Amino acid sequence: MSTSPLHGLLSREPAVVTAGAPLFADALRAQAVPVTDVEWRPPLEGTADAVARVLADPRRVEANALALERITSAGAELVRLAPASEALDLKPGEFLHSGPPLTWERASGPMRGALIGAMLFEGLAETEEEAVEKLAGPDITLAPCHSRGAVGPMAGVISPSMWVFELRDPVHGTVSHCSLNEGLGKVLRYGAYSEEVLVRLRWMRDVLGPVLGEAVERHGPIDIKAYLAQMLQMGDEGHNRNRSATLMFLRDLLPHIVTQVGERSAEDIAEVCRFVGANDHFALNLVMPACKLAMAAAKGIEGSSVVVTMARNGTDFGIQLAGTGDEWFTAPANTPQGLFLGSYGPEDANPDIGDSAITETAGMGGFVMATAPAIVRLVGGDVDFALTTTRTMYEITLGEHPTLQVPILEFRGAPIAIDAVAVARTGVLPQINTGMAGRVAGVGQVGAGLVTPPEDVFVQALQALAERVPAGGGAA
Amino acid sequence: MTDSVEIRRGVYYDSVTLMQVSQRVRTAPGVSDALIGMGTELNLGLMRENGFEVPAEAGPNDLVVALRAADDEALAGAGAALEAVLQELLERSRATGGTTEVAPRTISSAARRSGAGLALISTPGTHAVADALDAISSGMSVVLFSDNISVADEIRLKDAAAARDVLVMGPDCGTAVVGGAALGFANVVRPGRVGLVAASGTGAQQVMCLLDLAGEGVSHVLGLGGRDLSAEVGGRSARQALRALAADEATEHVVIVSKPAAPEVVESLEQLAAELGVPVSWATLGRGRADLTAAVEDVLAALGTPVPTWPSWPAEGGGGGAPSGGSLRGLFCGGTLADEAMLVAEPVLGPITSNIPLAGSPRVSGTDQLTGHAVLDFGDDELTQGRAHPMIDPALRLERIREQGADPGCGVLLLDLVLGHGSHPDPSGELADAIRDARTAAAGRGVELPVVVALVGTESDPQGLTACAQTLAAAGASVHTSNAEAVRVALSHLGTPAEPTPSQTGRTDR
Repeated sequence: MSTSPLHGLLSREPAVVTAGAPLFADALRAQAVPVTDVEWRPPLEGTADAVARVLADPRRVEANALALERITSAGAELVRLAPASEALDLKPGEFLHSGPPLTWERASGPMRGALIGAMLFEGLAETEEEAVEKLAGPDITLAPCHSRGAVGPMAGVISPSMWVFELRDPVHGTVSHCSLNEGLGKVLRYGAYSEEVLVRLRWMRDVLGPVLGEAVERHGPIDIKAYLAQMLQMGDEGHNRNRSATLMFLRDLLPHIVTQVGERSAEDIAEVCRFVGANDHFALNLVMPACKLAMAAAKGIEGSSVVVTMARNGTDFGIQLAGTGDEWFTAPANTPQGLFLGSYGPEDANPDIGDSAITETAGMGGFVMATAPAIVRLVGGDVDFALTTTRTMYEITLGEHPTLQVPILEFRGAPIAIDAVAVARTGVLPQINTGMAGRVAGVGQVGAGLVTPPEDVFVQALQALAERVPAGGGAA
Repeated sequence: MTDSVEIRRGVYYDSVTLMQVSQRVRTAPGVSDALIGMGTELNLGLMRENGFEVPAEAGPNDLVVALRAADDEALAGAGAALEAVLQELLERSRATGGTTEVAPRTISSAARRSGAGLALISTPGTHAVADALDAISSGMSVVLFSDNISVADEIRLKDAAAARDVLVMGPDCGTAVVGGAALGFANVVRPGRVGLVAASGTGAQQVMCLLDLAGEGVSHVLGLGGRDLSAEVGGRSARQALRALAADEATEHVVIVSKPAAPEVVESLEQLAAELGVPVSWATLGRGRADLTAAVEDVLAALGTPVPTWPSWPAEGGGGGAPSGGSLRGLFCGGTLADEAMLVAEPVLGPITSNIPLAGSPRVSGTDQLTGHAVLDFGDDELTQGRAHPMIDPALRLERIREQGADPGCGVLLLDLVLGHGSHPDPSGELADAIRDARTAAAGRGVELPVVVALVGTESDPQGLTACAQTLAAAGASVHTSNAEAVRVALSHLGTPAEPTPSQTGRTDR
């Protein structure tokens, strides 16, 4: 027995945390005892029993500590670019999509639009009608990007001929992939599939992918995790603002792009530079797989309540926990609130879509909104709103990221490792910054805004985690 | 419809702000469309798609304002709306922001911020287990005030706590004093050498107040919750508390305050105390055992401290004439004090009806009409469902006190009043009013109703012992700092022998 049992409770000056009746906190303050009040609220409906069971799981604290360690120590290097057929072994007729598993019947407008576009792009259909007919048939296979360790923004459709970034975590050996960003407006990921969209996709396949692939080959592995840390110092949050990382990426690759002149036409090379440099979102597709690697490092830790995936397919919002393997917990996706392009309005917006919420899952995006005050007006918010949002996210996360730092919060680490138990207990939902796709197939982007997951995914996930608590380990 | 397209050079707003501005201007009266954006390819394309004639010279560094309205007047309105929104943005950027601090939502979050070693949890019972587990896994000891927690959960909490070398005081722990900090219901007593381990909240308060009145102080009062010394829970917290107090430099003597405990638990704790070399006294209520006052007197003897005359205040105006022939009616806030009252009165009066009866005595609901000798505990779960403990919210008990005045069966009214932190800030005034009303009602039926109050408190309590005692005495109550003494005084007011023993329907010992 230590000479000072109970961590020295009886020999040190008392300091107390109170939860519940404010009268007891008042009584302590009247005695000049330092008191920290908890702003307590009942947990999400239907989670009380599961929360108690999971909190009583003797594995939980250590499992979550391990998850946090793995997430924060994970690295992310861009090692190559390749067609998805090669990098992901994607066969003709196989398509990956964002979010939890989905069927054509349940697919939303933008998801259908993107799949139609991919069918046309792959030459599996000549017309929209033919694409729709085949997509509804038995010969086309749909699978979530996440099921292959990949991520895709918005509809997230990846088809065999599309080029993908390949990132590798040198610490844990995990690999992740993401498509190349097409820019804004009428683009496949927002469900547009007009000829303009297909022309761009072909150019990306024939020019952009190969040129960038060759440049990465010449450069050698690029440390994307370092971009993440720098972005936050430059006013980007990595989800809706990726301006700085886009330019850093271009800066790093430029020498290796321009030296391809001769092997490629000067026009092609110039267009590659123009395209990447003019697309402020280009680096989103690097941030996402980097975040995916961090979260993949925590997958499959028994007893851990850390959320490792948040993703939406335009119909459902799905999450996965570190402690529940590949199981998805899904509920109908919410529709983002925000601002609209042109004369589009709320009635034009599709429910939440995309794997890009992997950025929030890994402590970027909405979680570090404080670092990117320029985007807070997406919700008619102000700088205080951004600061408050980030500070609130610390209430549902296990720790602070050692290298992803928020300068305006005195370089405090980003809130990292969402704890599903904390979400259920506080009712605080993860804040997600997102783009908005048009509800109708073919429309494209209509706006951008903020969204939260539906509460029910956390209710289900906790119940499933509670069921996995070993017998006798949890409170009744 | 009237269109207007204006180019403003030398101004810059980011696209998100401008989307917001557009949205606001679009809501102005008579405005059908407003596209306000920097002259990027995308924005100009959108404007053209919407039928605006955009001048060719508009470039990405120009602010382009495209408005469409019903007529010129509405168009002017749209322009004014735009200016208003831009002005608002300007003002907002100049305004000093409010606080962006966020209150902690969980105990672990609060612990991370404050480094506190102790959590006081009074959240609803269904959620308190989770909150306690959260505190335990954050390395904090817990005072668990919440009740309605199962024995199985209590055992799991206490095992989890022991594994992390923290202490769970509770569930249903109303009283603790740690390092001088009163937690829950606790009196302001002098610091001293006696450590209390208490499976009884008001019992601990009685003991600490009597020690204080005798000039002895307490080092710490570690609550256990009422079930800790049962066979099922097996003294899990008591063992930890004993070890901690044995290691504590300030503590020279430990008093374990409880209701009857499982014999094997008592034995194991005595063994442990012997191993630890710390002297232990028991203030354990039960039939044939010493009352709390007597137990305190034994502790004082062991410490070599003289036993004082326990302070009391006589009722002003005599307070009770000839015995009326009625019964004892005890209306208590403190469950242990109610128990003690029954234990002291039973040998004289025979079985006493109660909502917390002694083994073999008849049980009534706390809301039933009382007949014969009866003692009610208003702190019992049944009477605190959906309301605060009577030490905080005395309304229910005050009502019953008034009622007793009119009841011919009531021969003496025995009450308690517990002072200290957590209790009602001015409890004596309201209680005195109720006593006065009861005595007036009794006078109406030709009886002078004696009222006896056990007043548990110290002069240092926020409410002040003497001030409270005087208020009650002025209302016609005799006031005693020893509960056992108060009971005996009440018994002295009953001239008639005990009533026949009713049928034995009581629940088992508690």
